[in-house]
Amino acid sequence: MKTLVSRREILKGGLAVGAGLTIGFALPIRALAQTPGVFAPNQWLRIDRDGVVTITNSVPEMGQGSLTTTPMIIADELDAKLENVKVEQALANPTLYKNPVTGTQSYGGSRGVRDHLEMWRKAAASAREMLKQAAANEWGVPVESVQTEEGAVVHRPTGRRLQYGQLVDKAQALPVPQNPKLKTPDQFRYIGKAVKRRDTPDKVTGRSIYGVDVQVPGMLVGSIERCPVFGGKVQSFDATAAKQIKGVKDVVQVSNGVAVVADNFWTALQGRRALKVTWDEGPTAQVSSATITREYETSSKQPGQIAKNEGDAEKVLAAGGKVLEAVYQVPFLEHACMEPMNATAQVSREACVIWAPTQNPGGTQATAARLTGLPPEKVIVNTTMLGGGFGRRGEIDFIVDAVETSKAVGAPVKVMWTREDDITHGFYRPATYNVFRAALDTNGMPSAWFTRIVGPGILIQKGRAQAGTIDPAAVEAVRNMPYDIPNLRIEWNNKDLGIPLGFWRSVGPSQNGFIIESFIDELAHAAGKDPFEYRRALLGKSPRHKAILELVANRANWGAPLPAGRARGIAVVFSYGSYAATVAEVSVAPAGAVKVHRLVCGIDAGLAVNPDAVKAQMEGGAVYALTAAFYGNITIDRGRVQQSNFHDYQMLRINEMPVVDVHILDSGEAPGGLGEPGVPTVAPAVCNAIFAATGRRVRKLPIDRSELKRA
Amino acid sequence: MVSFTVNGKQRQVDVPPEMPLLWVLRESLNLTGTKYGCGIAVCGACTVHVDGTPVRSCVTPASAVAGRRVTTIEGLSERADHPVQKAWMEVDVPQCGYCQSGQIMSAAALLARKPSPTDADIDDGMSGNICRCGTYQRIRAAIHRAAAIRKGGAR
Repeated sequence: MKTLVSRREILKGGLAVGAGLTIGFALPIRALAQTPGVFAPNQWLRIDRDGVVTITNSVPEMGQGSLTTTPMIIADELDAKLENVKVEQALANPTLYKNPVTGTQSYGGSRGVRDHLEMWRKAAASAREMLKQAAANEWGVPVESVQTEEGAVVHRPTGRRLQYGQLVDKAQALPVPQNPKLKTPDQFRYIGKAVKRRDTPDKVTGRSIYGVDVQVPGMLVGSIERCPVFGGKVQSFDATAAKQIKGVKDVVQVSNGVAVVADNFWTALQGRRALKVTWDEGPTAQVSSATITREYETSSKQPGQIAKNEGDAEKVLAAGGKVLEAVYQVPFLEHACMEPMNATAQVSREACVIWAPTQNPGGTQATAARLTGLPPEKVIVNTTMLGGGFGRRGEIDFIVDAVETSKAVGAPVKVMWTREDDITHGFYRPATYNVFRAALDTNGMPSAWFTRIVGPGILIQKGRAQAGTIDPAAVEAVRNMPYDIPNLRIEWNNKDLGIPLGFWRSVGPSQNGFIIESFIDELAHAAGKDPFEYRRALLGKSPRHKAILELVANRANWGAPLPAGRARGIAVVFSYGSYAATVAEVSVAPAGAVKVHRLVCGIDAGLAVNPDAVKAQMEGGAVYALTAAFYGNITIDRGRVQQSNFHDYQMLRINEMPVVDVHILDSGEAPGGLGEPGVPTVAPAVCNAIFAATGRRVRKLPIDRSELKRA
Repeated sequence: MVSFTVNGKQRQVDVPPEMPLLWVLRESLNLTGTKYGCGIAVCGACTVHVDGTPVRSCVTPASAVAGRRVTTIEGLSERADHPVQKAWMEVDVPQCGYCQSGQIMSAAALLARKPSPTDADIDDGMSGNICRCGTYQRIRAAIHRAAAIRKGGAR
C-alpha cells in the first residue's frame, strides 16, 4: 500500500495548516508545499528556514497522548530537536492521512502507534536522508560521510555543520528516497524515554479547545429532543410554546429528532422543555431488560454457530467425570465520555466546515458530503480536542445532528448534548449471556472446554460483517483464548434485540476476558490448584501470555502472605496486539462491600514509545474497568434506557481508587495497542480475588455486594 | 442584569437570574475553561470558586453570585504557576483533560483549607470530581506535590 504522498500530490490534495494546538483552525492552503523556504517531503512533516519542524498528527488526541507520541516518533527518526517541533492536527483528507493498515481516517482499536509507527519513521527517515544529501552536495563530500544530530547535518572530519533550516531550499529540490534507512533502536533519541505531554500546559489552564468550546462568528446553539425509544421517529411536533421563548431562533426536524436552535445552550434547553413531540416509538418499545435476558436464556439452549472446534469437546463432556458448568452474564454499558457529544457545522451552498471532537474525521467528512451533496473536498473537518473517546466518538450521529441543523437553519450551529442525551442515546457495549462447561482430567487439568456466547454482534449490526457469519468482535478473546486444551468448542448465537451497539474501550475482550479468566479460575479452584500455576501450566503454547503473567505474579509477590482479610486474584488477556495481566488485592467487608487495595498490572506492547504514557493508559484502563465492574449497568425498559446521569450511572471516584502499579515488559516485538489492553484483565482479577477472599464466585456484572454479604 | 467579579474584573451580564453560572461563564463571558459534565452537581467538571469556596457552577443561579467574587480556572493564576497547576504539570496528570479544570479548582480549594492534606482529606475534598480517563492516582500524587511546592514557596 502506498502510504507516503509526494509533494505534487500534496499540492493537489491540500495540506493541513492549523493555527497551533489549541487556538483555532485555518482552511487548507494549497500553495504551501511550493512555498519557497519550506521543505515538505511528504504529508507528515515540513521544515522552514528557521529550522522549525511542523508535524501533522492524524490521530485525534482523546487523552491517549497522540499529540506527544506522534512528534516523538517523527522527531526521533528525523533527528530533530523535540523542542523545535510544532504539531498540527490533520484535517480530514483520507488520501493524505488515512491509517495505512485500516485504509480509513478513523481511529479506534488502539491503533495510533502500532499502525503508524513504521510509516512515520519512514517519512521522517526520507526527510533526514534528503537533508544529509543536500549538505553533502553543499560541501562536495560523499553522503556516507555526513551525520545528523539535533536538527543539523554535520561532517565530522572537517567539523562543518549546517542546521536543517539552512538546508530546506536545497533539500526541497531533491528526489524523495523510497527506502530510507531507519535507525536501530540503540540510536533512538526519544522513543522509549518518558517525555512530558505537550498538551498538559493548556489542559491545566483551561485553554484547550474541545468541541464544546468552539465559537464561530454568527453561531447558534442547538439541542435536540430525541425519541426516548431506540429507533423511534417523530410523528408530529408543536413548537409554538418553544418559539415564544426569548432567544429561541428556530425549531427544525432532523433525522435524530427535533432541534431547538437558540442564542445559547441554556435557552435551547428551555425551548426543548416547551416542545411537544408525539413519537412513533416503533418496535423496540416492546423490548426490556427482562425480555432480553429471557431471549438470551432461550437462545443459550439452542446450538450456536461454531467459532472454534478442536478435538471433540462434546464427547469428552458427555463422558462425565468431573464436569463444571457455569453461566456468566454481562450488561450493556455506555461510554460516558466526560465531554458530552457535540459538533459544530457551518453549511453553505459552497462548503461545509465542521469542528468536532471526533475519532472519525474521515467518516465525518463522508457523512457531511452525503448530507449536503457537496464533494468531500468541500467538507472541511477540524478535529478539536476530545473530552474522552473510548470508541463513542467513532460514531457519526452527533455529526449528523450538527450538519442537518446548520443546513436547515442556514447558520453555523453547535449542537450540544446533555448528559441525559448522552447516557440514553449511546451505542452500548453488548450485554451477553455465556454458558460454560468443562471437564477435568484426573490431574485436574481441563480435558474439554465448551463456551456458548449469546448476544448481539456489533459489526453485524453496523453492516460491517455479514449477517449469518460469526461476528469477530463477539468472540474475540474467547475464540483465541491462550490455554492449551485438547478438546475445545466455542459457539456464538447472534441475538440482537435492537439496542444500538458500539465499540466500548476494549470491545469484545472487555467482557470475554472477564468470562474466560473467571471460568479458568473456577477450574483451578475445583482442581485444588493455585490459579497462577494452573494458568501457567496451560500456557505452554503462549509464551508472551506466560511471560506477562509471570511478571505480574512476581511483582505482586504472588503467594506471599497478605494482611488478614485480603486476597489476590489474577488474570491475563491478549487484546489489540498487546499482552496484559493483572493481580488484584482485595478485601470484602462482612456486609459485602469490596475494597480494591492494589492492582499490579503488566503490559507487553512490544515497544513502549513513551513509557509514562503507557503507564497512564494502563492506570486509566484499570479505572474504566473498575467502574464497569462495580457500577456499569445500562438497563432497558420498554425500549428506553433507565439510567440518565452520573447519579444512576455511577463512575468510580478517587476515594475508591486503588494503588495501580504498572510494569512494562519490553519484549522488542512488533508494537501493540495501549488504549484498550489495560481494561480486560481488571474485572476478572478483582472477581477472582473476591472468590479467594470469600468463596463467592461473581458470575454476573456489575458486582452485587448483597451477594457477597456474609454477616 | 447581574453584576459580579470574575477573575478580578467587574462584570455585568444581561441574563435571566435563574441561568446557571456555568452558562454565564461559558456563553456570556467566553470563559470556556469551566466545563459542563452533568448539570446536576454530581461530576465536578464545572467547579469554580465563589468567594474562595468551591461551588458547582452548573446548579448555581446567576443571581446567587451577584456582588460576589468568582474565580475560574482562567483566573487561578496569571502565569499557570499556582502550586496545583505546577504539580499537575510535573506529574503529567491530564489525559483527555476535560475534567481537569474542575479537579484543579477543587484541589486548590482543598489546599487552601488543608495545607498538608492526608489521603483521607484528598478523598473527602476530591470525591465530588469524576475523571473518566482515570487520572485519580496522579491527582493524589499531584496534590501531595502541590502541598510541598506550596510550603517551599510559602511567604
